[in-house]
Amino acid sequence: MIDILNAITLLANYIIVPSLAYGSQLALGALGITLVYAVLRFSNFAHGEMMSFGTMISIFTIWLFQSAGISIHPLPTALLAIPVSIMITIMLLLILDRTVFRYYQAQRVQPVTFMIVSVGVMFFLAGLIRFFIGTSKKNFADGERFIIKASEFKQITGLAEGVSIRTTQAITVIVTLVLVTAVFWFLNKTRTGKSMRAFSDNEDLALLSGIKPERVIIITWMLVGALAAVAGTLYGLDKGYKPFVYLQLVLPIFAAAIIGGVGNPIGAVIGGYVIAFSEAFITFAYKRFFTYLLPEEWAPEGLVQMLSTEYKFAVSFVLLVIVLLVRPTGLFRGKTL
Amino acid sequence: MKLSIPSSSRKAVLLFALMLGALALVGVFQSWNLMLAILNLCLISAIMALGVNLQWGYAGLFNAGIMGFAALGGLAAMLVSKAPIMGAWQAGGFGVLLGVIIWIMSGILAYLIWLRFKGRRRYWYVIIIAGAGYILSRFVLDPAILRIESFEPASSGYLGGAGLPVLLSWGVGGILAGCVAFIIGKITLGLRSDYLAIATLGISEIVIFMFKNEDWLTRGVKNVTGIPRPVPYEIDLQSTIWFQDITDSVGMNVMQASSLFVKLCYTSLFLGVLLMLLWLCERALNSPWGRMMRAIRDNETAASAMGKNVTSRHLQIFVIGSAIVGIAGAMLVTLDGQFNPSIYHPLRFTFLIWVMVVVGGSGNNFGAILGGFIVWFFWIEAETIGNMLVYIITLPLSEGSALKEHFLSTAPQLRLLIMGLVLLLFLRFSPRGLIPERISNKA
Repeated sequence: MIDILNAITLLANYIIVPSLAYGSQLALGALGITLVYAVLRFSNFAHGEMMSFGTMISIFTIWLFQSAGISIHPLPTALLAIPVSIMITIMLLLILDRTVFRYYQAQRVQPVTFMIVSVGVMFFLAGLIRFFIGTSKKNFADGERFIIKASEFKQITGLAEGVSIRTTQAITVIVTLVLVTAVFWFLNKTRTGKSMRAFSDNEDLALLSGIKPERVIIITWMLVGALAAVAGTLYGLDKGYKPFVYLQLVLPIFAAAIIGGVGNPIGAVIGGYVIAFSEAFITFAYKRFFTYLLPEEWAPEGLVQMLSTEYKFAVSFVLLVIVLLVRPTGLFRGKTL
Repeated sequence: MKLSIPSSSRKAVLLFALMLGALALVGVFQSWNLMLAILNLCLISAIMALGVNLQWGYAGLFNAGIMGFAALGGLAAMLVSKAPIMGAWQAGGFGVLLGVIIWIMSGILAYLIWLRFKGRRRYWYVIIIAGAGYILSRFVLDPAILRIESFEPASSGYLGGAGLPVLLSWGVGGILAGCVAFIIGKITLGLRSDYLAIATLGISEIVIFMFKNEDWLTRGVKNVTGIPRPVPYEIDLQSTIWFQDITDSVGMNVMQASSLFVKLCYTSLFLGVLLMLLWLCERALNSPWGRMMRAIRDNETAASAMGKNVTSRHLQIFVIGSAIVGIAGAMLVTLDGQFNPSIYHPLRFTFLIWVMVVVGGSGNNFGAILGGFIVWFFWIEAETIGNMLVYIITLPLSEGSALKEHFLSTAPQLRLLIMGLVLLLFLRFSPRGLIPERISNKA
């Protein structure tokens, strides 16, 4: 019995807790990508860099607060910085919309052209970010590191395995819950949100019924900016900020959005968690897990790992390919074109 | 009807002349050695741009994984030319071969099952067979890989290559990249247009991860150096009599002359490949096949109503374009003389090539080549420009201040910003590029 509990605790520590946090970050990212897709109808390759930009602003704000002696110990200062980061990221996206995207929107160009434009924006932002903050890794998580340490957990429960929950992980999950609820409330309950959905469903009909497209697009970019800033900051808080990682992060985020059905907000959130959990389940070394569960003589010799951790991006890719082969519209019926 | 040379080709000639002039200026003011080094990379970039131009300019396909195909070509260069390491083969060669055979067998079996059964059941069967094949192969592969990687890890630790002439690898690289492109294209073409972009982005990242981690095949981040050259070595040249005679008669330093000579050999090889590919592309695209491709690009619905199989045409051109990128990738590794998976960055190997195609003129092969030249040239020179800009901007800051130091250290990143800006400006104000696509009415 104790062995089973130990095995479950092991999974909780190495798979469930980290995947909840990582999945939340992916979910926020995928929600941003899917909103751009639903309203502006293109795959935004610059989304990773937009997240990175938000994180950079958070870091600068944190440095500013720290030098002014402002802190909310035991919580990380990042929580204070996030609103500032949201504001500035939204400003950036509105400027980009005005100077870059709006022109193509008016021309009604093909989605492929839009993608290349977003690649240009990505390039530009990547240069801007690296110019300002450099390329080295930055850790900006301050405050209390753990909510519960593995050793404390072991003491309380008397098990051989422990669960540790880092503050950043808990904050990630809570902030995601709040933000996702807010976005869904906005989309489903407010007049503006409804007009956004109407615009997404049928642009021409929405225009006929008096919805102003400029307004819908501006609101979308504001939502996307907020989501990108929060997602980026939470990811950086959890794993440390390295500018080039955000380019690689685009792949699991796209995979999450497509698995959920592109343009479908609920699907994007669920897709984020699907990706995070499958990455963890497939790259976890089950040796200790089986040692607990199986009789001693059956205990495995190797690591019992399906795929080494370096290939976690391959997991999201394989999931993406399976979904494309079996159900190209995604789990929750997104748009097809 | 005017019979003079159309103004667009006059402009093209002028632009190419300007480009060569800029290169000559580098030769005169910096050094001819540097000029040839830039020129060689310009030629390789031009070939990559040619491949991408086929996909984008003529078929409207967005390939976001150019890096991966270039890296596959690079792998081919390494695998074809390096001598096999017999000890490693004896240690684990059999296991690796067996593992690969298990992969192939389970792949074929899964495909047969896929054909044989219908409905939901077949997904499960295929997943079970693929999973079983994978687990079985791991039992054979894992110990074999361990033995290979522990065989003289400081000097080898991998299987080595086939020990064939490196020039052969340019073709092999093309075939390898084409095969991967076929699989990706088979899955994603015919679905929404951005799925291809996302899938290629994914496969390129995974290919690089694989090269960094599968030490038994690529030596991972330990790099494979000393890839045999298709051209003579400087040292050998310096000690050959006829070469000494020539340099004496021209009055040049033997060291410099040998280095110039080697670079010129590469230049002529690359130029030969470029001209051959250009000729092939021009022939293909002015044929009925090329007209069909443009018809499909301009109006897929109409083309498919005419009975053209849009998806399989797209697959065809996607594979050909990726193969050309693979060839260029193999050439790059041949030029470098080493295979190092850490050099592959998406911004440099994927998105820079996109800038080349867009700036040069998508849909025009000469435009793509010109774009390859100009953008690579500025990519190299933008570092200088960026440094100068930062120097000027930070002049008001006091000497030795932390902020100034920081910006001077991150100045090289400015060229990403400049390239992004160039791409955006061209897309907005000159979407057809420097040398636009020719639209001729003659059949």
